[in-house]
Amino acid sequence: MANLEIDFCGIKSPNPFWLASAPPSNSAYQVQKAFSQGWGGAVWKTIGAPVLNVCNRYGTIDYKGQKIIGLNNVELISDRPIELNLREIKETKKNFPNHTVIVSVMVESKKEAWQEVIKRVEDTGADGFELNFGCPHGMSERGMGSAMGQVPEYTCMVTEWVMDVATKPVIVKLTPNVTNIVEPARAAVKGRASALSLINTINSIMGVDLDSFEIKPNVGGKGGHGGYAGHAVKPIALHLLSAVASDPEVQKAGLPISGIGGIETWRDAVEFMLLGSTSVQVCTAVMHWGFRIVEDMIEGMSNWMDDKGFKSCHDFIGKSLPRISNFGDFDLGFQTVARINPDKCIHCNLCYIACNDAAHQCIDMKSLKLNGEMTASLQPVVREEDCVGCDLCSKVCPVDDCISMVQIDTGRPHITWNELTKSRPEVLEWDKMEQYRKEANIHIH
Amino acid sequence: MAEHYKPVKYKAWELTLEERFQEYYPPLSEREAVLEANRCLYCHDAPCMVACPTHIDIPTFIRKIATGNTKGSARTILEANLLGATCSRVCPVEELCEGACVMRHDHKPITIGRLQRYAMDYAQEKKIKFFEAGKPNGFKVAVVGTGPAGLSCAGELAKLGFDVTCFEKKKMAGGLSTYGIVVFREPVEVSLAEVKNIEDLGVKIKTECTIGEDIKFEELIENYDAVFFGVGLGSVPDLAVPGEDLEGVVDGLDFIEATKVDKLDSIKFGNRIAVIGAGNTGIDCATIARRLGAERVTIVYRRSEAEMPAYHFEYQFALGEGVSFMFLTQPVEIVGKDGKVEGLKCLRMDLGEPDHSGRRMPVPAKGSEFVIPCDMVIKAIGQKKHTDLLGKLAEFGVKSTKNGYIAVADDTKRSDHPKIFAGGDCIRSKGEASTVAAVQDGKVAAAAIYRQLVGAPSPNEKHIEPVLSPVK
Repeated sequence: MANLEIDFCGIKSPNPFWLASAPPSNSAYQVQKAFSQGWGGAVWKTIGAPVLNVCNRYGTIDYKGQKIIGLNNVELISDRPIELNLREIKETKKNFPNHTVIVSVMVESKKEAWQEVIKRVEDTGADGFELNFGCPHGMSERGMGSAMGQVPEYTCMVTEWVMDVATKPVIVKLTPNVTNIVEPARAAVKGRASALSLINTINSIMGVDLDSFEIKPNVGGKGGHGGYAGHAVKPIALHLLSAVASDPEVQKAGLPISGIGGIETWRDAVEFMLLGSTSVQVCTAVMHWGFRIVEDMIEGMSNWMDDKGFKSCHDFIGKSLPRISNFGDFDLGFQTVARINPDKCIHCNLCYIACNDAAHQCIDMKSLKLNGEMTASLQPVVREEDCVGCDLCSKVCPVDDCISMVQIDTGRPHITWNELTKSRPEVLEWDKMEQYRKEANIHIH
Repeated sequence: MAEHYKPVKYKAWELTLEERFQEYYPPLSEREAVLEANRCLYCHDAPCMVACPTHIDIPTFIRKIATGNTKGSARTILEANLLGATCSRVCPVEELCEGACVMRHDHKPITIGRLQRYAMDYAQEKKIKFFEAGKPNGFKVAVVGTGPAGLSCAGELAKLGFDVTCFEKKKMAGGLSTYGIVVFREPVEVSLAEVKNIEDLGVKIKTECTIGEDIKFEELIENYDAVFFGVGLGSVPDLAVPGEDLEGVVDGLDFIEATKVDKLDSIKFGNRIAVIGAGNTGIDCATIARRLGAERVTIVYRRSEAEMPAYHFEYQFALGEGVSFMFLTQPVEIVGKDGKVEGLKCLRMDLGEPDHSGRRMPVPAKGSEFVIPCDMVIKAIGQKKHTDLLGKLAEFGVKSTKNGYIAVADDTKRSDHPKIFAGGDCIRSKGEASTVAAVQDGKVAAAAIYRQLVGAPSPNEKHIEPVLSPVK
């Protein structure tokens, strides 16, 4: 079995699987139960300013028979007294000294308030802090959470206040509800943060009831934006993670990242880690199925590592990051066409209609000669000379490995958009572009 | 046409003999398995898991199929049940896990058996070794009989560090899984692969070795620290009607065994067959006979459909295979000519008052005698008790139940002799005789042997408890 231990800015964790700061990490009972079932760490549900919660805190997206592919919430930070939380954090760390206990904190935007709460948490023996600059509802209206995270100057300022007094590592948790997440990430670097975590939840309205006209979730007839999470947000989280992880300033500072956003299985976790997460944090999947999912996460990742020959998580963290690139640097000469395997085709014809209505009209329905006989039914066949290699047909095909994208070479020059427009800026005019296409053997019908 | 979308050929006469004896259910494709696994709700403290006599963590193994951790899925199954491959094929899942599935209320239950087979096939195909022999603890255990109970007990003990030797009187190990389950439900190779997995844990298996003949009971009990008997039951008892020695009268278990180990085209069968008894063996014999090519196969049973021991799905299967049933029909004589079977003389019965088993007693209808013309009679009216064995064991103080089974304590499977344990069909005086129950007996006995000899609870008995009570 592979070694799943990680080193997260000096904090040793038995594995990269941490509970995110959220309802599952609300109490000593929960966190200790999670640890005993295999979770390597937990970010304690945010402690700080006093709050009051409302009822009907969750909205979900169910999709074609599957429950909760997305979950939003209007729950606030911990509504348990801060004294109780501190006592339970201390007890948890005492009972599980080798597990990672990070405490998420959020207080009003005053230096004294932040520095006081940091000092009090330090006394618990917790391994580090996570600064909640991301909560998008309830707290933000009071000038906390994402209200801070959305203004890089505030992010930097509060981080500095904390770093002035903290002796343990400090993680800055970033909100996705910004135009460019790299800016608050750089602000955290500037504020001397020890690490970053992302993403917090995304602003969302989950739906409207067609009978009652109420907003989902419905709080006594009213509703408002809440934080969206769960598997549905994973692609967004992966993008923001890769944007931050490949930013030169973040890389130069060498900050480790804790990845968050839609992680349900070991496969999701591996993807986050390949894009630069050192640890991963999970909430929604635990809210759906409980702490027990971690057993498969540990075993699945370990089996995968054994198969791939990785001895330690650090062997593959960030491995796919160098592949993150920009459109302008993609190879315009990389060419594929779709090929449909008639032996696997079940004749749903979804590829045909997708290509015909939504792509480039290059699949024909034909009678084919198969095994010496013409087929009775019409068979979808790609007209390869017209196929632009968009890949839509293989994406709609319900049969595994029926439509494959085959790499071909028609002699197109291997050049990127950036190189092309630099060497031949005239192609930005349509007539010159036409001319270039002819030269490059690019025909679009 | 895509391979996995081919319609199942179901008309026996369109298939070759070999095809008819392939596994009845084709394996799930990866896509089918993942789709089905994703339908599972992943219940907590799931009813399916409670319903499984070996308590396999079913939701977890199914989730692992869904996440692509099929290797881990197989491990979860085997940790609870070393004979997971056999059980996935022979378990009466409708009565156990699938019958308890929460989805049965307004959907179809998850096809747990077939998903389990998917994970087991994966592990077997990849030849994954999940367990190692435990650190030797110096104790020796003998296991008599290598059916599911014996293999399960032997395997669990080997994992715990015991030096285990199995004694099997037949040529191959595996018991009924090897010899007695129809081949289109479980191919012999599946059973033998499980035997091999147990052997890989360091268990020694001595075949063609009969206790009481090749090795004395006394030796066994003296030379080993514990002895586990998983000897199953014997051959089919006599019908006690005239004509039983005619040519064409066969023991149902022998008939099944032939289809497991002999070449299919060398098996003798009649064209018009009467099978006596409507239990699992009766159904198996009748359906095999049909698949071999017998034209008319009739199951003759003295009670009614409501009392028959076969499972409902077995009954449905037999009907689908073209087997006909004659309920409330009591065989009274096998008639023959020139020493060969020519017919089965029967009486029509009526249902009377309940008997000691609580089932209504069949009473002959006067003057109803008739003959079913047939050229083969298969006896499938249960199995004999091992009276000789029980007699021998009694000399060691082992008691037996009044209906002829070895008496053991429920929680340890230990007999009245402190060294002698037993499990499987030879103790199953009540409830369903089934492979999965036998596997559990073996597990329970192994844990009890560990406790008795090592003096501590078996590490296999641990389970996670919350460290604190919930916050009030």
